Order: sequence, then structure tokens, then C-alpha cells
Amino acid sequence: MKDAVLIAGVGKRFGAVQALQWVTLSVGEGELFGFIGADGAGKTTLFRILVTLLLPDEGRAEVLGLDVVRFYRDIRKRIGYMPGKFSLYPDLSVEENLRFFASVFGTTVEKNYELIRDIYSQLEPFKTRRAGKLSGGMKQKLALSCALVHRPEVLFLDEPTTGVDAVSRKEFWQMLGRLREQGMTILVSTPYMDEAVLCDRIAFMQEGRMLALDTPSGITKLFQKPLFAIRARETWRLLCALRASPHAASVYAFGSALHYTDNRLSLRADELLAALQADGFTDVSVSVIQPGIEDTFIALMEEKQGSCL
Amino acid sequence: MHSFRGFLLKEFYHIFRDRRTAAILFGMPLIQLLLFGFAIRNEIQEVNLGIYDQSHDAVTREITDKFASSGYFVMRQELHSTAEIEHAFAEGSIAEAIVFEPDFAAKMIREGRATVQVLTDGSNPNVSKIITGYAASVLQDYRNTAFGAAEVGVEAVPLMMFNPELKSVNLFVPGLMALILMLVSALMTSISITREKESGTMEVLLVSSLRPVEIIIGKVVPYFLLSFVNVVTVVALASFVFGVPCRGSVTLLMLESLLFIVTALSLGIFISTITSSQQVAMMISLAGLLLPTILLSGFIFPVASMPLPLRMISNFIPAKWYLIIVRGIMLKGTSFGYIWKETLVHGVMTTVLMVASIKKFKTRL
Repeated sequence: MKDAVLIAGVGKRFGAVQALQWVTLSVGEGELFGFIGADGAGKTTLFRILVTLLLPDEGRAEVLGLDVVRFYRDIRKRIGYMPGKFSLYPDLSVEENLRFFASVFGTTVEKNYELIRDIYSQLEPFKTRRAGKLSGGMKQKLALSCALVHRPEVLFLDEPTTGVDAVSRKEFWQMLGRLREQGMTILVSTPYMDEAVLCDRIAFMQEGRMLALDTPSGITKLFQKPLFAIRARETWRLLCALRASPHAASVYAFGSALHYTDNRLSLRADELLAALQADGFTDVSVSVIQPGIEDTFIALMEEKQGSCL
Repeated sequence: MHSFRGFLLKEFYHIFRDRRTAAILFGMPLIQLLLFGFAIRNEIQEVNLGIYDQSHDAVTREITDKFASSGYFVMRQELHSTAEIEHAFAEGSIAEAIVFEPDFAAKMIREGRATVQVLTDGSNPNVSKIITGYAASVLQDYRNTAFGAAEVGVEAVPLMMFNPELKSVNLFVPGLMALILMLVSALMTSISITREKESGTMEVLLVSSLRPVEIIIGKVVPYFLLSFVNVVTVVALASFVFGVPCRGSVTLLMLESLLFIVTALSLGIFISTITSSQQVAMMISLAGLLLPTILLSGFIFPVASMPLPLRMISNFIPAKWYLIIVRGIMLKGTSFGYIWKETLVHGVMTTVLMVASIKKFKTRL
């Protein structure tokens, strides 16, 4: 498999802030690749470097085998980019926006209708509506249509689902899945962990550094300690008690349960349960669970920070 | 070419969809012209006049009649003492007072001369100067009819060339054209480019196959056309409604205006390359372009009477040169031979600004 995107030791600094530090990875052709990280992790900066809008301070990056600094003009013709901020013209209608973006790439909507039909057909009933008056989910669909209308070889989507309702988010990812089936390389960034499992491979980003890079199931293998899910009536007191324990490695709320890891690797669930009951907790249940991506991410973040919450 | 056409179309959508922009573009020239034409004038009419006649004879009555019939003055008050004059001025009921000395006619016959005192309210020096002139010309007129021109050794016969009636609308129209073109071209372009930067759409435009030059030209062409429509509107209105002449070649006037529009547009582009916020672009355009265009170009205050530093600054204001050109062509009927220098200045300014803008225009963020 050829590399669609290659990033080698890329660093970027804005004044005193190190936005990116020694990021190295490659994305294969036809891959759906996700960058996961909180705000300020450096995802947007990395995307802007890849779409040739920013120059890297260190390292080099290639898109479709072309250097992002030297061949920026050629790259721009062959990629699709959807910035994090809604970047369509609110005073133009849905159809006018799409036609405009088709025309600036020297093509027409009709020529590439096949590619966007899936997405655009949902917008067509509203095609005379001004883009500024669309709902958040529809705006994102229109933005995706506009980024796709010239049939790009690589698609860069910077936080496409931020601020979008849960149903639209799900639909959006289904569309990405169909695009991937058609062989398009897609790089997407998101702060949502639940979206990470939908990618072929993911990179965890934090404070400009890449913490991990693997398939979603590969990532969870990085989590090696046994993970306990503990439920009790008095969740808050339980949380405080576990944090105070000298053996606790990490404790955090996860939905209605607490996720807990212990420094004693041989600890069993029934031992933990007995200890908690001895401490006076009633209605306690303890089970060993498979760590998810979020658990892994939290563990990786803590490992870097060297703290145990 | 296809992509450029799409870009142009989009720009026109922006202009016509936004009511405020459309109103500024098409309403402002009309409103300003009508305001300056009808309301804001330099001419002073119906000066409130008071007469303190200490003589009451045939001659003073004749002179008083001349004042009343001159068309400039309105007889407001008969005054009876010096104190009353002061009171009338303080009250604001009169703007000018004429005082005849006692035994006016007798003195004139006996000594060959008599004195009239002309008093004005100096708190507004410009008005004061003008109405003193009116009074002097009325008195001059009387002297000529009473004694004949032969009595006077040297007589000045003024003729205001190119604008004999001293109509201020003739003076304002060229300035107004400069103002409107500056506003439409420079302000609107700079705002429209910075708006794309602010909304993030510039980010998408850059990552497209459009070249920076195409983006700039696409931004400029609509305003270029609209500005030209404005020039034609203003010149036509000025001519049909206010009778402002165009004595020189209309073609030359239009060509010079087109050049000035390009200068203003390149200023607008330049502003948008040094800032990325609409607010800042607007402030720079208003404070840095409009105010100088009104104050330092000779639109209202003559450049020649400014102190040296301001005169030097005025050389960098495109409107100053445009005013010279337009006044020349419209009022004096000047041909290109007399205004090539001013044209050259515009040419150089435009080239410098364009080159600087294209160099400064970022192909990245």
C-alpha cells in the first residue's frame, strides 16, 4: 500500500507555545485515519500544515508523494479540506454554495454528482435555502459536499462533528464509511472518543505530541493493568475512598460506574469487593472489564503527566 | 476561466443579497449629491441687516434702498444708537450693520467724501468676510452710478472665470465624486476581503485551485463596475439637476475616473493585506482614507492655505490629484495636455500599491 500522507518529525511553534512536536506517522491510501485529542492538542495545526496553509518549523510532510512546502499548488488541486469552523457563505443558498465550490475547482456539480449524491440528496429539498439558515448537522453535510465536489484524492476533515447532534454525527460517520469503501483516503480529527473506533487507525494527540498510534483494538492493548468497573450506591464516597487508598493507580467516573486500576497487578475482583465491603460500602458490585479507547487514552495521558489522579 | 467566472458570480450575489451593502453602494451617492447640492452651500443669502442712519437724507436713503434691493440683504432693523447695535448683534437678530455718519449728504457735497461704517459679527470669520464683500460691492455700485466711473482712478472689475455665478455645487461635485469612489472602492473591497478572512472562507479559497491573483481580481471587478455606474450617475445628476457643466471631454473624464477607481481599489486591497479583521479594515478606511479625502484633498478647504506639513501630506492623497483633474475637465474644459502630471501620479500610486499588495498577499494563513 502506498502512503497518501507522510509526516516525518514535524514541529510547529507559535511564539512560546509548542503546538506540534516531533509528529511522525504515515497514512496509507484508502485509509480512514483519525486524530483524537482534546482542544489544543495540535490537531488543527497539523491539518493546516498538511493542507499547505501553514509551514512546518521542523520536519517535512508529504501529501500524495508531494512535499507540502514545495508543491503546495499541486497538492491544493488534489485534496479536499473542511476546516473546523463553518466556512461556507451564509448569504448564498445551498445550491449556490455547492456550485461555487465546484466552479473554483474548475468542475461542475453534474460531473461529480455520483460521489456526493448520497449526502447531497438529503439537502436537495432545501437547496434554495440560505446556508446560514441551515441546522448544524445540515451545515456539516453541505460543507462535506462542498469539500467533495471536485473528487479529491485525500479528504481532510477538521473536527467535522463538533457541535453536531448525536444523530447527525452517526449519519456523518456512515457517509465517511461509504466514501472509504470507494477508496478515498480520509483524515479526520475529533475530540470524541466514541468516534475513534470507527477509524481504521487512530493517533492520540496531546499538547502537540503523539501519544499512541495504532488500530482502535491495538490501542486498547496498550492498557495492561486489570481494569475494574465498580458500582455502589454512594458513588461519591466510594470515589473519595478509592482515591485515598495507597494502592490506587487510577480512579475516575465513567458513566454511572467508577473505573479503577490498582497497583497490585494480581488483585482479583472478589478481593476488591471484600475490601470495599469491609470499608462499609453496601450494594457494591465489582467486575473486571475490557478497557475501551477512552480508558486507554486517560491512562496514556496520565502516564505522560506522571500523576495518579 | 471557468473558476474565475464562478468567483465573480459569487461576489455579485454578496453585494446584492446584503441590503446594507446595496444601500450604501447605490443610495449614498444620491443622498450625498442631493445634500451637497441643495442643503450644504457656501453662498450666503438673506443677510440680516441693521441700519443706523444718523443723517436721514436723500443720499443715505438711496444707499439704503440699494442695500434692500441688492438681493443679498434683508432689512431687519432700524437702529437708533450705538448701544442698540451692540444689543442687536448680541441677540443675533442682525449679522451686519451699516452706520451712516451725521450730515452724510452735506459732507459728501462739501468735502467730496463721507464715511459709512460696516459692522459684522466676527465670531464667524468666513461669513463675515463674505458679507463685508457684499456690502462693499453695493457701495461701489452706488458710487459708480452717482459719480460715474471717471471719478475713480483705478477700478477692479472682477470676473470669476469658469464659475461666474460662484455656485458651490460646482465645487462640491468633483469632491463628492472622489469621496464616493473612495468609499465604494477602497472601503468596500477591504471589507469584503477581510470578511472572507474572518469567516474562515479564505482558508477554503486558498486551498482551492484559485490563484491569489484570481481572488484579488475577482474581488475587485464587481466594485470596479459599480463605482463606474456611480460616476456616471453623479455626473448625470449633477448636470441635469444642478446644471453643473462638463466643459471638457466626457470620455476623458470617464477614463480619468476609471484610473482613480483602480487607485482606490488597490488601496482597498492593500488595506486588506495588512489586517485580517473587518473592524480594523473599516477603521483604517474611514480614518485613513475618508477623512483625508474630505479634509486634505482641497474638497472643502483649499490646499494652498494649509501649513507646509499638511500640504506635503496632501500630496499622498489620491483624491487631491483627482480633484484637480475633475475640476479641470468639468469646469475649465481642460484637455489631457494639462493634467498628464496628475494622471501620472495616479498611475504611479496604483502600480506601487498593486505590487505591494500582491507581494503581501499570503498564499498561506
